[in-house]
Amino acid sequence: MKTATKVKTTGDATPNWDADPVLSVEHLTMRFGGLVAVGDLCFNVGRGDITALIGPNGAGKTTVFNCVTGFYKPTEGRIVMRHGPGRQDDAVEAVTASGLKWQSTNAGGVFLLERMPDHEISHKAKVARTFQNIRLFGGMTVLENLLVAQHNPLMVASGFSLGGILGLPSYKRAQQEAIDKAVYWLERTHLVERADDPAADLPYGDQRRLEIARAMCIGPQLLCLDEPAAGLNPRESAELNQLLKYIRDEHNVSVLLIEHDMGVVMEISDHVVVLDYGVKIADGAADAVKSDPKVIAAYLGVDDEAEIDVPEIRKDVAKVAAESDGATAAGSKKASARKAPAKARKPAARKTKAAAPAADTAFAQPLMATGAKAPAKRGTAKASARSQEKTSAKAPEKARAPKTAKAKTGTTGPAKTAAAGGAAKSAAAATPAKAKPATRKPAAKPAPAEASEIKIANSGDYPGKQPHGTRKPRAGGGNNLTRIKGIGPANEKKLNTLGTWHFDQIAAWKKAEIEWVGAYLSFPGRIEREEWVKQAKVLARGGETAFSKRVDKGDVPTSVPGRRGAQPKKTTAKGGKA
Amino acid sequence: MAVSGTKTPVAGPQGDPNSLQASIKDAAMAAFLAGVLGFFFIGIRTDIAPGGLDLKMRWGAWIISILIVFAGRLLLNLFVYKTRRPVTRNLSIGLSGSESRLAQAGKVLKWGLFAFALILPFFFTTFFPGRDRQFIDLAILIMTYIMLGWGLNIVVGLAGLLDLGYVAFYAVGAYSFALLAQYLDFGFWLALPLAGLLAATWGVILGFPVLRLRGDYLAIVTLAFGEIIRVVLLNWYEFTKGPDGISGIPKPTFFGLELKRGEGGFADFFGIAYDPIQRFIFLYYIIFILALITNFVTMRLRRLPIGRAWEALREDEIACRSLGINTRNTKLTAFAIGAMFGGFAGSFFATRQGFISPESFTFLESAIILAIVVLGGLGSQIGVVIAAVVMIGGIEMLRNLGFLQQVFGSGFDPVQYRMLIFGLAMVLIMVWKPRGLISTREPSAVLKEKKRIGADMVAQGEGH
Amino acid sequence: MEYFVQQLINGLTLGSIYGLIAIGYTMVYGIIGMINFAHGDVFMIGAFIALAMFLILTTVLGFTFLPVVLLIVLIVSMLFTSAWGWTVERLAYRPLRGSFRLAPLITAIGMSIVLQNFVQITQGARVKPLPPQIQGGITLMEGSTENGTILVQLSYMQIIIILTTVVLMAGFTLLISRTPLGRAQRACEQDRKMASLLGINVDRTISLTFVMGAALAAVAGLMFVLLYGVIDFYIGFLAGVKAFTAAVLGGIGSLPGAMLGGLLIGLIEVFWSGYFSVEYKDVAAFSILAIVLIFLPSGLLGQPEVEKV
Repeated sequence: MKTATKVKTTGDATPNWDADPVLSVEHLTMRFGGLVAVGDLCFNVGRGDITALIGPNGAGKTTVFNCVTGFYKPTEGRIVMRHGPGRQDDAVEAVTASGLKWQSTNAGGVFLLERMPDHEISHKAKVARTFQNIRLFGGMTVLENLLVAQHNPLMVASGFSLGGILGLPSYKRAQQEAIDKAVYWLERTHLVERADDPAADLPYGDQRRLEIARAMCIGPQLLCLDEPAAGLNPRESAELNQLLKYIRDEHNVSVLLIEHDMGVVMEISDHVVVLDYGVKIADGAADAVKSDPKVIAAYLGVDDEAEIDVPEIRKDVAKVAAESDGATAAGSKKASARKAPAKARKPAARKTKAAAPAADTAFAQPLMATGAKAPAKRGTAKASARSQEKTSAKAPEKARAPKTAKAKTGTTGPAKTAAAGGAAKSAAAATPAKAKPATRKPAAKPAPAEASEIKIANSGDYPGKQPHGTRKPRAGGGNNLTRIKGIGPANEKKLNTLGTWHFDQIAAWKKAEIEWVGAYLSFPGRIEREEWVKQAKVLARGGETAFSKRVDKGDVPTSVPGRRGAQPKKTTAKGGKA
Repeated sequence: MAVSGTKTPVAGPQGDPNSLQASIKDAAMAAFLAGVLGFFFIGIRTDIAPGGLDLKMRWGAWIISILIVFAGRLLLNLFVYKTRRPVTRNLSIGLSGSESRLAQAGKVLKWGLFAFALILPFFFTTFFPGRDRQFIDLAILIMTYIMLGWGLNIVVGLAGLLDLGYVAFYAVGAYSFALLAQYLDFGFWLALPLAGLLAATWGVILGFPVLRLRGDYLAIVTLAFGEIIRVVLLNWYEFTKGPDGISGIPKPTFFGLELKRGEGGFADFFGIAYDPIQRFIFLYYIIFILALITNFVTMRLRRLPIGRAWEALREDEIACRSLGINTRNTKLTAFAIGAMFGGFAGSFFATRQGFISPESFTFLESAIILAIVVLGGLGSQIGVVIAAVVMIGGIEMLRNLGFLQQVFGSGFDPVQYRMLIFGLAMVLIMVWKPRGLISTREPSAVLKEKKRIGADMVAQGEGH
Repeated sequence: MEYFVQQLINGLTLGSIYGLIAIGYTMVYGIIGMINFAHGDVFMIGAFIALAMFLILTTVLGFTFLPVVLLIVLIVSMLFTSAWGWTVERLAYRPLRGSFRLAPLITAIGMSIVLQNFVQITQGARVKPLPPQIQGGITLMEGSTENGTILVQLSYMQIIIILTTVVLMAGFTLLISRTPLGRAQRACEQDRKMASLLGINVDRTISLTFVMGAALAAVAGLMFVLLYGVIDFYIGFLAGVKAFTAAVLGGIGSLPGAMLGGLLIGLIEVFWSGYFSVEYKDVAAFSILAIVLIFLPSGLLGQPEVEKV
């Protein structure tokens, strides 16, 4: 799955993380049974950088952490930790070929983490970590927690306990040094007053900081933090930012963190890597990443009302929609017409309000600012790149924008879409019926109504094979594809654009086609995951899935109830009652 | 068997008449249950008779048992469970404070007990000259269990590994010494370190494959190993003499002096009169010193990185691994050191008894040692001492209840009730104090002020 | 070959008894996560009740028709042993609900000591023999060796034991998978607090679990009496340890696992005794347990424990 579009980093040649990576994750794949939690992931963590690994819940971030810190053995891939400057490519290859776990010299060292057990990763490779659900030694005091972290040097100092039992003074000295180190980090984390209290007694925010202090006590070169700001109040969160910057600047420790709080991420990160469903979808400096439409989509739009603002798709949609003017299935109109009036009445001003309380607001808000202008910019760039489409595509797009924005606000599941869309970019996501009248008029050219092959202009850019599609549904109209779990009106629209109108078409998709559609719609893996093909097979037979029953009952806000289009046996039109 | 409702105040604080009625009803239920439970055991007795089994009805005993349960439950209901002012209230208030006071008094208590243990033999010879032998023998027994408890405390209390087969190492120690003495003529002092070493080696050999198991899986495998070692000792007749056991195990010498009558003996060398009690006193001091060493090493280890790693392991194994602690080696060390002390205690047991057989190393021994550790409070050294004195001392004291025979008639043998009472005591103490007698934890390193850590904070090892 | 088949039959019979006891362990472990050490002794209690009831019916009341006698004995011993199982839970475990893990383990060991000694005091320490009641069987095969002929016999007793076990297992699986009680039980296994918030009486469900476990142990007890014809107060310990081993081997918490583990332990013991040595049969069973656990840390059919980091 090579769908990740490289976002070009602004500015000069190679960014720090490629020039001087402390950690390289190369082609990391982690499977749990049949589930691919992380697929072919590559990224670097720059030395002295704060790198954020972000992505929606379930994106595989913690799995990456667990692979890096040795709690999981990756199915495939290489994870290289480097001490000392530079890429040390020769040394890396030498160690890989030698079958050793690591090689260490005075100048630096190379550690292949996927070959090392977890405790060696901490002890030898100097990678420290914290946990999403805090893991402190609750019954031990704060000070003891920090002393446990210095286990290995203290073990040596105590002569592997023998000298310690005999009470040698050298151990006492070492212990005093360890306590001094602990106190240093307690001061940095404002916990020195609580040093003799059991860790379980600390309030939540203090526990988070203690975990970081404990990780720092092993003297790491790379600090991996799993959601360090989760559950912190704004003041604590700000303190955390200071602490992390301090760790990076004063101790020259590279930081890799998973975080959902975009305030934290955007403020302190030098480098952001975005994962979605185990695949990297963006990688670059914070500014570049936050305006990446795929990132926005991954965070906000992918569920049912999948709105993906990739300009080329939008154009394709617009074009086909224009061409097939009036030829769309009657059922489609009927079903969506039900929703349309209600939507249209809602004033556009409510839109932002509706968006605010939506899920993932933490991400939505910082993005809103840039999100609004970014697509526009990219849109023009693309349009000029493919000039032959420019005129036909651009005009309807502009014409549609204000109307559909209004139209969208009232949809039953609008929050996400609205938030994702920003003002200008929601055209394609609008429910078919409402969108169509708006678009059809400017592009009045009647479409050639033959069932011919659809070929997306740049279909070769995507892996796999574009499925066969027809410009028009068969007699009786297209099926209600929203009865498949995972397809909302927006996706149905897009599928129609590809010439996919019927369940049996989806049912006939092979692996290559699934891959292509997944890549084209920018959600690789989702079709398999949601078993579209299996559902389509059932529905094509005239059967029902649990989901389609719910749709027909009207329980699924993001789907349109009712059967429609050519039914294999009985052609009921339940949807017509609207 | 009464149905205790300690946790569920059924009637609650309502009016007295209701309470009385409810109490009687509840007691009647308990009595009914006692009747059901007791019918086949107290009401009937089967005995071997010519031509099969003979059935004897004991209606009297059955009815008496029902009445006892009824009365007992009624009294408990009236004065404890269903009254607004339980008579035990003052008791429980006193006890809730006792924990912290006990901890505060810990230091004084510790030194007090130490001083008493130091002079114990002379205390008994002076004040109980008639029964000194019996008392010193009991003290030796208790001290052996204290040592075993301290050894197991490393594994269960500190490292949080549930070991149900600790007696295996006790057996290895005992048999090591016995066999070394029998086949190679080793003396006690030479065999003692070897026995400890062998037990530790066995600990590592057994522990290596199984220590990655979690919680109760580890428990059952250790139990199985305990049984395996016992079964092997029982059946390897050529080497261990099987159920016949090994006798004639040499007694320890005092720097080469045997504690015997006549020429060349201890008494003769020092020019004092021989008294058999001298041997008991000598044995007592041996086990006392062994136990002190165990305690000293454990206390030192607790303050060393390895001890802290054990406790950290008990708290959270995953966090340990993230901090670079090799958890398998750390567990193995705990297992091996615990086993080593078990081995020392075992070889002392062999020399004290002079005879050992596999019968001494049943699962019951493991259970008793574990009970001492848990009842005393996991990880608490002084708790082990208290629990050992209470449980072992108490159960031996039951042997002295001969006067009860005058009450219940000569057919009554109090000794056979000993284990029944022991079991009941285990249940009751645990229900009364689930975290053991001393449950607070003392930190191993202090920055400014030493604060004891409450039991609710401290994790109890794998699984939970 | 004939010898092998005979051992197979014997092993399955013994395994059925272990399996029935193992279910009690595995259910209790599943629902409250503790090793109920007293369960082996509940089995012993069941055997004693069955023996006494049998004697009452045959010698005192003069019943002679064996099937009816056995049925009554079965029902009575199941009922009375259930009362014991309930009481043990009520006295020793319920007060410690929610307490830390080792506390109920210690009370369980204490309870085991109490039950053993209670029976020893009230019934005496000597073994109680019962002459074989069900005799005869079906000869399946006949073969000859140099030492003479070997008959492969499936005795009626073995048929009864295996059939009863199969029927009970089927009924029991149905109970757990189909009834509200089974559902409540599975809910408590997953999350006791949540189950109680959803209106399940957790204490009652746990009590019923002990009752069911005890009832099955009583069945095993009766079978043990009939099969071996001798019981004493100490049979509970070894049978309990073996059955618990079986439960762990099969994957503790899993009912089919318990039955499978029971059968395996029974077969291992019988085959080891038959082909190698009787003395070391326990060593064989325990060693196989250790080996299986080293390679399959959660038993044969247990849910593999996912390490949540």
